[in-house]
Amino acid sequence: MANETPLLRAKGVSKSFFGVAALDDVDFTLRSGEVHALLGENGAGKSTLIKVITGAYRRDAGEVLLEGKPIFPRDVLDAQALGIGTVYQEVNLLPNLSVAENLYLGRQPKRFGMIDMRAMNRLSRELLKRYGLDIDVAAPLSSFSVAIQQIIAIARAVDISGKVLILDEPTASLDTHEVEMLFSVVRQLRAEGLGIIFISHFLDQVFSIADTITVLRNGRLIASRAVEGLERIDLVSMMLGRRLEEAEDTGNGVAADTGGETVIKVRHLGKRGVLAPFDLDVKRGEVVGIAGLLGSGRTETAQLLFGIERADGGTVEVEGQATNLASPQKAVHAGFGFCPEDRKTDGIIGDLSVRENIALALQARRGWAKPLSRREQDDLASQYIEALDIRTAGAEMPVKFLSGGNQQKVLLARWLATNPRFLILDEPTRGIDVGAHAEIIRLIRRLCADGMSLLVISSELEELVGYSARVLVLRDRRHVAELVGEEVSTTGILKAIAASGTTGAAA
Amino acid sequence: MTSSKYLPLITTIAVFVLAYLICIAQFPSMWSTRVIGNLLTDNAFLGITAVGMTFVILSGGIDLSVGSVIAFTGVFLAVLLQNTSIHPLFAFVLALMITTAFGAFMGAVIHYLEMPAFIVTLAGMFLARGVSFLLSTQSVPINHPFYATLQHLYFKMPGGGRLTLIGITMLVVFLVGSIVAQRTRFGANVYALGGNIQSAELMGVPVGRTTIGIYAVSGFLAGLSGIVFSLYTSAGYSLSASGVELDAIAAVVIGGTLLSGGSGFIAGTLIGIFIQGLIQTYIVFDGTLSSWWTKIVIGLLLFGFIALQRGILWMSEHGSVSFRKKAAA
Repeated sequence: MANETPLLRAKGVSKSFFGVAALDDVDFTLRSGEVHALLGENGAGKSTLIKVITGAYRRDAGEVLLEGKPIFPRDVLDAQALGIGTVYQEVNLLPNLSVAENLYLGRQPKRFGMIDMRAMNRLSRELLKRYGLDIDVAAPLSSFSVAIQQIIAIARAVDISGKVLILDEPTASLDTHEVEMLFSVVRQLRAEGLGIIFISHFLDQVFSIADTITVLRNGRLIASRAVEGLERIDLVSMMLGRRLEEAEDTGNGVAADTGGETVIKVRHLGKRGVLAPFDLDVKRGEVVGIAGLLGSGRTETAQLLFGIERADGGTVEVEGQATNLASPQKAVHAGFGFCPEDRKTDGIIGDLSVRENIALALQARRGWAKPLSRREQDDLASQYIEALDIRTAGAEMPVKFLSGGNQQKVLLARWLATNPRFLILDEPTRGIDVGAHAEIIRLIRRLCADGMSLLVISSELEELVGYSARVLVLRDRRHVAELVGEEVSTTGILKAIAASGTTGAAA
Repeated sequence: MTSSKYLPLITTIAVFVLAYLICIAQFPSMWSTRVIGNLLTDNAFLGITAVGMTFVILSGGIDLSVGSVIAFTGVFLAVLLQNTSIHPLFAFVLALMITTAFGAFMGAVIHYLEMPAFIVTLAGMFLARGVSFLLSTQSVPINHPFYATLQHLYFKMPGGGRLTLIGITMLVVFLVGSIVAQRTRFGANVYALGGNIQSAELMGVPVGRTTIGIYAVSGFLAGLSGIVFSLYTSAGYSLSASGVELDAIAAVVIGGTLLSGGSGFIAGTLIGIFIQGLIQTYIVFDGTLSSWWTKIVIGLLLFGFIALQRGILWMSEHGSVSFRKKAAA
């Protein structure tokens, strides 16, 4: 085995964007007849590596060898011709054309200079039969389910390329049965000797289909191992960058029962295909943490609670009153606030001043008919600039010139100005420097001491453990565990994430 | 689901048959080869340019320049034949080369500058109209003997109807257009662009070449339509054929082609042309109706077909909504 030339090999591949390394000296080896899962959290470098291999990006350094020969794909089509085909989460086929036309677009069989429809349909039927599909190939692609479309996309990619197949989150919108259908196709292709790169956020799926796992984190190779003998918890700690021996703390001393009354009571809130129904109670002055891998449903939980995603079932009571959270406006009226994960696109408005950004949510809550006077806005701004120690040259400074941490504080100030009962923070400390980090955490503690209820989503496990009275753990779009008291520890969270569950996405 | 692809075409044919039956019931003499022959001759120039428009709309684009290009071609031919002694056939070739190159140029601008087809062809519309005014502001008659020969070429159909050269030309253009759309890689690529341009590109469709080709075809057919129009009217006039682009679009949509691209048939456009021609013929037979009724009926038909297309789209989305909706990752 060791002497055999691997099918695809990347050696010391590096790629940076504007001086920031997205991939740093990464090695990757794919053998014929294996399914190789590529794992990592957001920004780990998975998609950069795939794009380097498929020619969408040029690598800065390193080499890519296909069957031992160096390749330099110019673009996706070039990579395809070399033998590397890709199937994406969103099917990149043409819904208005027939199945046969999709399979043979650009390489239709011809007879007397014309497309030979009959031959094309016959070839398509034969091709799909190998994948166990017996469908009307003359029917438009859009008349079939996404799972069948995925298999058709795989059939096309394999037929054109035939050496390496890259599956980029192919199962994200499939239900359990469809995932199984797709996997039987993948197993068959593996048996035929293809090398398959599989990207997924669903660990159960990875364990059920992959032979080898490569974990990337922050653009670096963390490990590449056989699935056999790999403990789930080891994988999770590799992905999150926490070693178990470091995380031997137990409990955090934050009292689980603050004695306050329940402010938010959620029952069976959920949305089909987005998040399985969950229950949640938040007491006054309590921080509830949410942990889970990327794609596990953390952000979706926040979006359901804030009315960005409309729930299709369940009830929410705010201080004993049934509340409808069908839109963000309604959530704001119920006294909710939400600082989203991506503050640059969803949160701050870069060209507006610090003052205007802070006044925004309060103004929205009052309605446009009752504008905040300039004086009120100035007072508000100076009050929060001082209270949160926002480092800015003045209240009139456009927010885009502030540092990440200070932008985050402006966003917090915006919601604090509305005096919310319940504040949801999605990754409040991502992308900000260490000093600001500590300040945000202090602020979270202070807010809950003042009696506010918070829901905090974070990938920083120590941080979550530090301030949460309880931690909810999510996996595969499902709330799987609630850790209280002694259980609230990084080890506890890692174990809960790694505990094996059912295969497939919540349907 | 397969039927949803053909449903607009079937509806169009049904509307045409029904309308014709109503006409015959009221004016039995409308059932004659004379009426059919005139229908073909009178709408030949519109039909030819509508074939080009069908390709453009199938690819998800629009071409507003065709009416002006028809007028330009007519004026160009008339001025050329009046002031020089070259043979009309040579003038035809020249005109077709110019209009094809003009279409290809617009296609190149749309593709390489990533401009909306609406704006680019709107500019083309003003440009072509302006140039024809530059050539002549008057209506220029064409008195070449070769024109007279061409105008008197026809097949006599049983019943006395005349299948003229320009009527035949239109039918041939429809036949060739259908074959190109359904049986060539270029045709498949046109449908692919109308489906989803990014996917088409990832699947290896030469997007730039196809876009340029589509507008070149539209330019060529607008030029051919201009030649036919000059044969039909024996003159070139820079104010003629204004609004023909809109009539062509109407014929394409009534013919069952989705305005958003990717779905439809060249043959449907022929029926769309027939329906428009039939309404005009009916008004002529009636004798009391104002000719504006043509526009009113076509307006109503357009509304009806747009509603039908929405309905089909809604049905197909409703049928597979649970699969289409991608879960937020």
